[in-house]
Amino acid sequence: MPEVLKAPLVLEFPFTRSLGPVQSAFLTGLRERVVLGVRTSDARTLVPPVEYDPVTAEELRDLVEVAPTGTVTTWAWNHAPRRGQPLDTPFAWALVRLDGADTALLHALDAPGPDTVRTGMRVRIRWAEERTGAITDIACFEPYDGAAPRLTGHDGHFDNAVTGIVAPARLDYTYSPGRAQSAYIDALAGHRTVGERCPACRKVYVPPRGACPTCGVATAEQVEVGPRGTVTTFCIVNIKAKNLDIEVPYVYAHIALDGADLALHGRIGGIPYDRVRMGLRVEPVWTEGARYPDHYRPTGEPDAQYETYKELL
Amino acid sequence: MSKEPVAVVGIGQTKHVAARRDVSIAGLVREAARRALADAELTWADIDAVVIGKAPDFFEGVMMPELYLADALGAVGKPMLRVHTAGSVGGSTALVAANLVAARVHGTVLTLAFEKQSESNAMWGLSLPIPFQQPLLAGAGGFFAPHVRAYMRRSGAPDTIGSLVAYKDRRNALKNPCAHLHEHDITLEKVQASPMLWDPIRYSETCPSSDGACAMVLTDRAGAARAPRPPAWMLGGAMRSEPTLFAGKDFVSPRAGRDCAADVYRQAGIADPRRDIDAVEMYVPFSWYEPMWLENLGFAAEGEGWKLTESGVTELDGDLPVNMSGGVLSTNPIGASGMIRFAEAALQVRGQAGEHQVDGARRVLGHAYGGGSQFFSMWLVGSAPPHS
Ligand SMILES: [Zn+2]
Repeated sequence: MPEVLKAPLVLEFPFTRSLGPVQSAFLTGLRERVVLGVRTSDARTLVPPVEYDPVTAEELRDLVEVAPTGTVTTWAWNHAPRRGQPLDTPFAWALVRLDGADTALLHALDAPGPDTVRTGMRVRIRWAEERTGAITDIACFEPYDGAAPRLTGHDGHFDNAVTGIVAPARLDYTYSPGRAQSAYIDALAGHRTVGERCPACRKVYVPPRGACPTCGVATAEQVEVGPRGTVTTFCIVNIKAKNLDIEVPYVYAHIALDGADLALHGRIGGIPYDRVRMGLRVEPVWTEGARYPDHYRPTGEPDAQYETYKELL
Repeated sequence: MSKEPVAVVGIGQTKHVAARRDVSIAGLVREAARRALADAELTWADIDAVVIGKAPDFFEGVMMPELYLADALGAVGKPMLRVHTAGSVGGSTALVAANLVAARVHGTVLTLAFEKQSESNAMWGLSLPIPFQQPLLAGAGGFFAPHVRAYMRRSGAPDTIGSLVAYKDRRNALKNPCAHLHEHDITLEKVQASPMLWDPIRYSETCPSSDGACAMVLTDRAGAARAPRPPAWMLGGAMRSEPTLFAGKDFVSPRAGRDCAADVYRQAGIADPRRDIDAVEMYVPFSWYEPMWLENLGFAAEGEGWKLTESGVTELDGDLPVNMSGGVLSTNPIGASGMIRFAEAALQVRGQAGEHQVDGARRVLGHAYGGGSQFFSMWLVGSAPPHS
């Protein structure tokens, strides 16, 4: 049995966010080195601020400035900072209640080691040199024993307020297609298409999934299908898809390989796009080093009768 | 013990648009929820539980957004739960909320669904580059277009039907102030002249990408008796699923859709949907799905659905109006799209649909589906309570 395949899978995307009035003021404030909280109906000040009262659900818009100094309410040591975290040397994740606030803000605390950090210790914000209106405008917190500085008395109204941010997301996986698909991919390397037959309904799945989705039983019996097949249905693609280097128009088709009980998808070539039809008989065309057929081309056989493939659309 | 009858007493939607840059996600859902509460003349305190739905987290990249939305929806200290069934989610979410009332777990439930597509990347979320797998060879429409061609082959429908649906839905949208697309200068010629993207699907026969939210207040018999406006009564509701791909899958008329509709009709005592149902609001992301679903839902025999479209039966003033709101073709905040269908059905039987009201609509079907046709959810609502 061939080895089960594995490969890294990294997904990254820069999502955009509209901030709404409260987060807009909060992040713009950070850009200007002003920390804003929001006042609730029971006169508490929440930092970071929220748009709606957690107790009454009422809309909150009364922004108030709090100090850049505060007290650690709890913390955890981070021995091995990961990519994208605020500091690249070990630091404490700390909840800091800023002076004037009733709730605590999560951020990094730069300290020499875990024995120098304690709940109740006094800290202040270390501002980032370049600030854009993002939580990273606070570079981190640092130990600080001095007095709280005077507040600017800011009311939360700014010129040129930040209204949106970009929030990059990244997920890092090890992906494995599993036993059945690994065997399928292994056979493709020899230009053979091998599916699996369900022991209950006898249907041949290509690509195989290792189980039949209708019967709910494992599949193991390997069945070679193709290489020829029938175009069961198709569309003509007239717009270029991102990341696809195929000249339009081209035909994207469902192809039932001979012996398979469901169609797979492929591109049709070797024939003008407007002459492709349901029932066209095709065979794969391989290019050097490719894992999958580059496209399928007409075999020259007579078209398949509709009755023979109407269950395979 | 029989089920508690479920009534819709409040409906709220945002004005659906391409991008709501002025509000956060919280601000967006809040707007729909406030409007639903105002319609029901209720406050946050009257709500016993919140049931929320949206499309996959990966679309906007906010993991479990329901947690952060609890404040905005007055859900703190109350049960709040999230439903997750791809494009059908707005419908499933409403049904989960309805079941909580029907089972007498809660008296009054706020249900809500949303999507902020301007901050999302649905195409990316749906076509991740999986190692060893063949890259997808066509965009979103490329998935649907071969099924449309299969339908045309099977039914012998003329290739003009898709344009007729799009022309009708876009005109209906002009009567719906919440609809995203308001194409005031729409003509059938313009639809027919729009570019063929994934032949046989034209640009004008595809849905837009929208930001929007939809909310409903569902309540029991006692709650309905206190309602300031006529309620819509749930007469039947069901969900079905099936795998995305399997040997024998019928993409043109999926069995899960047929079974789901049959279950709803059985609950509601509908013998002949074409005769007993006055209008349908169905999930039609590409225009050709109107005739396909008409058959799948039992309004026409197999291969005959396009004849209802062609003969004008599905027009707003026809015998069986379809997609009175303008449909998904005119408004598509994905996660909310199913609930908007359910809400439109309820608006119709409440007589609250304004300019797109179907006169005398007494029983209306709301339909949602999603994913690769693997999730279906539907409800039938009526102007009179169910017999019990
Ligand atoms: Zn089987």
